[in-house]
Amino acid sequence: MDFATLASQFFIGLSRGMIFFIVAAGLTLIFGVLRITNFAHGALYMLGAFIAYSVSTLFGQGPYGFWLALLVAPIAVMLVSLVIERGLLRFIYNRNHLIQMLLTYSLVLIAGDLVKIIWGTEYKSMDIPGVLRGSFNLWGASLPWYNAFLLIVGPIVALGLWLFLSKTHLGKICRATATDREMVDVLGINSTRVFAMVFALGGWLAGLGGALIAPTTTISMGMDASIIIYAFLIVVIGGLGNIWGALISSIIMGVGEAFGILFIPSIAIIIPYMIAGVLLIVRPSGLLKSAW
Amino acid sequence: MSTKKFSNYLGLGLAVAGILILLILPNMLSQYYVYLIATVFTTALLASSLNLVLGYGGLLHLHHGVFFGVGAYTVAIVMTKTSWPFAVAVLLAPIIAALIALVIGWFCVRLRGLYFGMLTLALGQLVWAIVYRWNALTEGDNGIHAIPVPEFLTSINSVYYTTLVVLVLALIILYVINKSPFGLTLLATRDNPVRSESVGINVKRHRLIAFVIAGFFSGIAGVLFVLVERSVAPSLLFWNKSAEILIMCLMGGLTVFMGPTLGAGILVLLSMVVGLYTEYWLLVLGLLLLILVLFLPQGILGYAMEKYDKRRSIGGEN
Repeated sequence: MDFATLASQFFIGLSRGMIFFIVAAGLTLIFGVLRITNFAHGALYMLGAFIAYSVSTLFGQGPYGFWLALLVAPIAVMLVSLVIERGLLRFIYNRNHLIQMLLTYSLVLIAGDLVKIIWGTEYKSMDIPGVLRGSFNLWGASLPWYNAFLLIVGPIVALGLWLFLSKTHLGKICRATATDREMVDVLGINSTRVFAMVFALGGWLAGLGGALIAPTTTISMGMDASIIIYAFLIVVIGGLGNIWGALISSIIMGVGEAFGILFIPSIAIIIPYMIAGVLLIVRPSGLLKSAW
Repeated sequence: MSTKKFSNYLGLGLAVAGILILLILPNMLSQYYVYLIATVFTTALLASSLNLVLGYGGLLHLHHGVFFGVGAYTVAIVMTKTSWPFAVAVLLAPIIAALIALVIGWFCVRLRGLYFGMLTLALGQLVWAIVYRWNALTEGDNGIHAIPVPEFLTSINSVYYTTLVVLVLALIILYVINKSPFGLTLLATRDNPVRSESVGINVKRHRLIAFVIAGFFSGIAGVLFVLVERSVAPSLLFWNKSAEILIMCLMGGLTVFMGPTLGAGILVLLSMVVGLYTEYWLLVLGLLLLILVLFLPQGILGYAMEKYDKRRSIGGEN
């Protein structure tokens, strides 16, 4: 095993970790503020991928199609999320975890069949735009441009979220709501609006993750089932509601999975669950502090 | 006191009448329906075993299907890869399911609430991934088909009666466990873990024991599954199967002993009926679950019990 192979696999794992992070960040944000375990997050991610496919197909899979898809898909998913939050979720905020989970799970079932009805069951694929096609050389390792693109987008999203949460008024309200909802209400802040906005933002992130993954994989039914488990594990390992924890554990999962594929391909599928299991056993409350 | 006694007799009478009807049912139905009801029995046992942890233990056990799958796979592997007798397979299945439950539970009971749920999910998916990938032992993705069973279990009617008898016996045992000092202590740890701990109850140990018992009975359900289906596939251990079991428990009612059985019956039969008209069963299930969660979170039997209790207490006041 030479250095170049290791480096390129590390790089690929890292970029996959970025997709994990974008999806998991939305999930952890929603959990932190709304205290909702959102199973439908994976379905929103899938929806993002399908919408991205449709938008880019509309433009004949051309270069504009991809960039437009990247813009439109997350916004479309955000609007769907807003409808879900206002229409359903707000009625169950004070129920127990099981009820909340099963409500969002009902959305998984509904979304799965709706996607089947709208897009059909055959596999879809989407082209990588010309500028991001091909690969480049780094210390003898061949690295795809698209993965480099993901490695740029991931940190931008992380930075954006950090700026939003720590520098803006709304972000500070979000953090305050996560820490003590009653106090926020007492101070006369409309926490309802904060909830709707956070859920929409989470949906936007899920849609973005779906749109970003779309050109690299076959877009199919069931792509929600595995990502949601990964995302949940990442969120819990990182410490519920902690965005930086989600970033760290996304990278651990992504790189761990990539090295698993390199060294022990036959059981690579086991690696993320094993990492998650071990980390949860060693640090039951997550890598970083739970409330931010 | 006398009303209480009366309601006990009523429950017993209903149960006996129900069993009598179930005993003569195969003579009146076509093979397909007999098979379907045998599936209901299997699923009912699975859901009832989950409810020991979920409803009575109050633990967010998100991946109970794993022990069911392990039980089914144990029978499948023993019957196809070894020359051991069927009895060994049947005995081994719940024991191995319980052992896996012991290992998973040992880690999980140290966590609380959502973390508990997430760890059951992670470790359960780990088991799924192992079954999915261990080609030499489990045939991986393909699953194991045409599993041989003894001669007397080849007709669907005999499978029906076997699953019925096992279900009834298992439900009686689970009921006794629920009403035993252990079961009552478990309820106490659900309702107030801190106080339970402070009066000297070992909360974690009680939870672990409940978890293992649930795994054991889930393994028995796995044996029944093999009898009914004669094949196993890794999808049995995937998390959405476990979610289905959770829905059954919720639908029937988490706080009522027969709730999960009712939920299992409704879901299995409904999926068949809906399947006749549309391929979008999951859409229907999703909408149903949505209605359930929003308007009937205590479940069908839970709601019925509430009404019944209310009426009884009003009657008592008069």
